[in-house]
Amino acid sequence: MTPNRLIRLATCAAAALLLAACASTPLEEQPAAPVTDASAGAPGTKPGADSRAVASVDATTKGLDPLTDPASPLSKRSVYFDFDSFVVKTEFQGLVEAHGKFLVGNPGRRLVIEGNADERGSREYNLALGQKRAEAVKSRLRLLGAAEAQIETVSFGEEKPVATGSDEASWAQNRRADLNYR
Amino acid sequence: MHRLLAHAFALLAVLLVASPATAQLRVEITGVGSNQFPVSVANFRRDGEIPQPVDEIIRADLQRSGRFRMVDAGPTPLADTAAVSLSEFKGRGADALVVGSASRLADGRYDLRFRLYDTVKQTQLDALSYVSTAAELRLNAHRIADRIFEKLTGERGVFATRIAYVVQLAKDSFELQIADSDGASAQPALRSREPIMSPAWSADGTRLAYVSFESRKPVVYVHTVTTGERRALANFRGSNSAPAWAPDGRSLAVVLTRDGLSQIYSINADGSNVQRLTRSAGIDTEPVFSPDGRFIYFTSDRGGGPQIYRMNTDGSGVARVTFSGDYNVSPRVSPDGRLLAYVGRRGGRFQVHTLDLVTNQELALTETALDESPSFAPNGRMLLYATEVGRRGILASVSVDGRVRVRLSGPSGDVREPTWGPFIK
Repeated sequence: MTPNRLIRLATCAAAALLLAACASTPLEEQPAAPVTDASAGAPGTKPGADSRAVASVDATTKGLDPLTDPASPLSKRSVYFDFDSFVVKTEFQGLVEAHGKFLVGNPGRRLVIEGNADERGSREYNLALGQKRAEAVKSRLRLLGAAEAQIETVSFGEEKPVATGSDEASWAQNRRADLNYR
Repeated sequence: MHRLLAHAFALLAVLLVASPATAQLRVEITGVGSNQFPVSVANFRRDGEIPQPVDEIIRADLQRSGRFRMVDAGPTPLADTAAVSLSEFKGRGADALVVGSASRLADGRYDLRFRLYDTVKQTQLDALSYVSTAAELRLNAHRIADRIFEKLTGERGVFATRIAYVVQLAKDSFELQIADSDGASAQPALRSREPIMSPAWSADGTRLAYVSFESRKPVVYVHTVTTGERRALANFRGSNSAPAWAPDGRSLAVVLTRDGLSQIYSINADGSNVQRLTRSAGIDTEPVFSPDGRFIYFTSDRGGGPQIYRMNTDGSGVARVTFSGDYNVSPRVSPDGRLLAYVGRRGGRFQVHTLDLVTNQELALTETALDESPSFAPNGRMLLYATEVGRRGILASVSVDGRVRVRLSGPSGDVREPTWGPFIK
């Protein structure tokens, strides 16, 4: 990854954080809603529920959601491929294994693997190449015990590039399968 | 830039038509001895405000075909009723002369008339009048160009047909547009925040099938152009893509991954009767029917790299068709079934090629490096394709002999996935 691209990524991340911050505007800043019916309770509470009840959360055992914990290998969601290749490289096997174990331990979770390809050549053929990459990751996860019904593979082909340059560094970033839990 | 210069030197002729409507139309004619018919299209007489440069549209159409050499008729408008000296135009080198007029009628409509003369035989070949609204003036200019083309070449013109293509206007702004064959008068049929690809016209030109990612995965839709009515045709688990209409419009071939990798299926136009047609261990995609409806040509990597294969429409009788090069994709069959067009990678360059299916002769048609999506004109004389200039996708057309290449200047934005529509009554 070139320094330029890092800066661009960092800028994007900062923008995303800003947007997220905007989305969760603190309640106090909003104009107070007129009080019409106190019995309806605050948003999120059931009518008639005890507004003074406290639901305890025990963080000592539960901890962070492993999917969002940056320290967890599950927070890594992208598998990169060589040119014209569908082989999951050894450097990504730990990542794939972590997701396989997570799926086995959480049979209710559903995963969509989104395959991608670089821009060269036919768009439809590239869509099929992206699909082949997504399938390669899926078959690994299946070998690790994940259920067929837990995983859908789709392809974006060359249609949604993360890097838009016309060079090997950009193309390498676009030969990718992303793991998205839905 | 050096490629542009090299281009300029390679050209035997570069014609620049410096008029408002065609300011950016660049017709490159290469190859020795291209046999062009010399024709003069005089300026039409204008009676009232005429919202379209009808004479220029006709000239640009004829030029884009590469079949005509324009002989300047001078600045004086010549109406269809004018008494003209045909021998004078013959003396200037024009074997045919077009004159005409455009008048605004009292009811607000427009009367567009033309007359076509043979200056050699000193006879009138054609004459017609079209009365229309302002919106149809441009179409009627294309219709006149079609009649001239047919009278002078004996083949049907394609100027009044339409093209469809995809434009990316911003990172999250995509449109499926329909435009005149010259790329002008573009109208969006679909706007989306997600990518659109692989538009395909039904044989009657009323419907478009395409792939849209609006639900965050590729789904095939069928869209009725006049009403905007659309519905998902194939939305199975996995990816759904590469729609191709059977000539009868009752079924399509599509590519599904519901059973694993990309394979070709047939599906009725109402979404019923899904049948798997290919059973390979690799990728089978980009199906396209031969115009007689007997075969499906498609791209497959069953032999290693992608090559073009052919099969019967029930999936039987698979045979490999392309053998030169290690990357041949995006097959299209000419309307007469004789030529196969595709994109072949040769020496790292992706270029439009044709293969004569009778003589097995392959021909490289372009000199660009990132060509995609070739599509035959309904008369089989030209191919429309997408290519890149300065990292921007543009549309271009090339004659099937490779001699006449034209860059379409109409659509703006990053343009791709063109497909030429059928003749329409």
